[in-house]
Amino acid sequence: MQKLLDYGPLLLGGAVTTICLAVLSLLLATLLGGWGARAKLLRPRGDPLNKGLIRLQARVATAYTTLARGIPDLVLMLILYFGGQRALNWVTELAGLDTLEFSKFLAGTLAIGLLYGAYLTETFRGAWLAVAKGQGEAAEALGLRGLRAFRLVLFPQFVRHALPGYGNVWQVLVKSTAVVSVIGLEDLVGLANDVGKSQRDPFLFMLVVIVVYLGITSVSGWGFNRLERYYSRGMR
Amino acid sequence: MHRLIAGAVAALALSGAASAADLKICVEGAYAPFSETAPDGSVVGFDIDIANALCAEIGQSCEMVKTDWDGIIPALLEKKCDAIVASMSITEDRKQVIDFTKKYYNTPARFVAREGTEMTDTPEGLKGKLVGVQRGTIHQAFMEGEFPDVNLVLYASQDEAYLDLVSGRIDAVIADSIAVDEGFLKTDAGKGYAFFGEPYSIPEYHGEGAGIGVRKEDTELRDQLSSAIDAIRASGEYETIQAKYFDFDIYGD
Amino acid sequence: MRFDLVFEHWDLFARGVVTTLELVALSLAVGFCIALPCGLALARGHRSARLIRAYVYVFRGTPLLVQTYLFYYGLGVTLGQYDWVRDSLFWPFLRDAWWIALLVFSLNSGAYATEIIRGAVITIPRGELEAARALGLSDRQVDFLVLIPSALRRALPQYGNEVVFMLHGSVVAGVITIQDIFGVTQTFRARYYVAYEGFLTAAALYMAITFVIVLIFRQLEKRYLAHLGLSR
Repeated sequence: MQKLLDYGPLLLGGAVTTICLAVLSLLLATLLGGWGARAKLLRPRGDPLNKGLIRLQARVATAYTTLARGIPDLVLMLILYFGGQRALNWVTELAGLDTLEFSKFLAGTLAIGLLYGAYLTETFRGAWLAVAKGQGEAAEALGLRGLRAFRLVLFPQFVRHALPGYGNVWQVLVKSTAVVSVIGLEDLVGLANDVGKSQRDPFLFMLVVIVVYLGITSVSGWGFNRLERYYSRGMR
Repeated sequence: MHRLIAGAVAALALSGAASAADLKICVEGAYAPFSETAPDGSVVGFDIDIANALCAEIGQSCEMVKTDWDGIIPALLEKKCDAIVASMSITEDRKQVIDFTKKYYNTPARFVAREGTEMTDTPEGLKGKLVGVQRGTIHQAFMEGEFPDVNLVLYASQDEAYLDLVSGRIDAVIADSIAVDEGFLKTDAGKGYAFFGEPYSIPEYHGEGAGIGVRKEDTELRDQLSSAIDAIRASGEYETIQAKYFDFDIYGD
Repeated sequence: MRFDLVFEHWDLFARGVVTTLELVALSLAVGFCIALPCGLALARGHRSARLIRAYVYVFRGTPLLVQTYLFYYGLGVTLGQYDWVRDSLFWPFLRDAWWIALLVFSLNSGAYATEIIRGAVITIPRGELEAARALGLSDRQVDFLVLIPSALRRALPQYGNEVVFMLHGSVVAGVITIQDIFGVTQTFRARYYVAYEGFLTAAALYMAITFVIVLIFRQLEKRYLAHLGLSR
């Protein structure tokens, strides 16, 4: 018990790193998912150049979601960690700057964000398609146009359809952060693993990690439930 | 709490416009007593003291970068650091990819197992046994070359191999004799364990001692560090550092 | 880029692929055997439902890596210090990282599959079961001839995802000394000092296996879900 108290602050710091990593990855995944869904949904229109660009985007988005769902998180992380450094060195050398470090945290965030962005692409695409077609026209009939129609009518309904899938992706994503410790990031798992080994009590420290993760997944599960209820309040 | 958050956010960024230090040194942190992680997260040990002494000698400021053994040579090649001070043996194999200074110590390898083991250090005596080594080390190459019938279990770090030796998952470990003695046998965890067999130092596998790894193009740094090793040996600083950890000479001849 | 090194040591990677496939297939099989009774019990609110819910909650709520560490170090290091454990019948299994991985992966996959099967059972239309009873089938017959086959068909798409997740999750085995695809890749990196070539190869191997799994499930869905009009 004393051991846990001694290392408590260190582990707390690790937990903060884990949560920062998870939230930033989710942010990146959301941006990528939004882009991917839009690219897949847009219909080619306008002049030939514009049409071509829209088609190209759709192809890139399809390739991205297919590839990203084929690679394990840890493998992608390691490729980004070393590959990212090589790319960054190349850029800094061209620009004549000193070497910058491509951090483990960055590699972890990028890898997790990239992978789960592919899942969110499908979630968002499905949710957008689920918003009834007539809704846009109805908004227009009420005199709402463009951004206002989107903000007041389409977006809330889109959120209602997207939330359950979004919550699931978050739960899986949080658990995915654990593997960043394997590339040496001192997150909750990495620290607990190191300390557990040096204190010759890995079991105890891993139990703490289990409890923290259960806490994170339970609290966020509860939060998503509240949100889902809020966004379906007009739908009894 | 604020400091924790600030720390985490700082870790996020591309750690700044390269650190203030002139040189970044890759160290490992899981190889007591040469390199181990203190409770506050910093890395301490013989390697680190030597690295600091050499940096002072060549008049450069240095920063230690903790790096996993598996990725330590790639980290040097990708310029995540400028030199490796991690008890890395100078071998022909490694010289294909990086360059080394002269050695800064040389000690033999040895097997360790439960006290009173009936195992012997011959290919027959270890046949079918589970022997743990840290992967990517001279010990892995040695075992693959000389003991092909042994079941090798490969570990990412030396600490993990000790843990599994104590828990009985593996029958023996082979590693640097000094690292085993000081980092395991003389600790509480190592009670009831002992060396067996001969000390090994075969140039073909074990190289010519531990040196400092640098990128091939950095010949100037290599030569500076090599003469700095001579300098701290001549000034007595090497002996002062050595005395902190060992009561005998580890430089070898 | 030194892909020649990868080709030179292709046997290393081939062994990794075999280990990964073995481990994943066995874990899925054992997990399925856990999940079928557990999923049915949950869907029916059986007495054991609370216990099963706790199991599913813990294994779905925590990372596979942490579960693996807990079992590997907990069962090995904490228990292995005692001679009575070492002398026991179970030690040869507890001692071996491979069996620990199989145990943890099975329990993990079992928890996810339990939830999938529960979901499938509760979405079976009432009429389907009533029709079966109207034909004079006994409760047992309804279960084995109608309910379970129907639930498994409905569970197919989600179970396909679970299989892919298990494959990707299995990299954890490489962290506890098992020479699976990820394990051999780390060995390769440590031995030949090249960072990406090995990992790019691993990525390609995992991707190829993923595509095969996706193809198999697409065929299965076409065959078994055609009557529901759900197949793509």
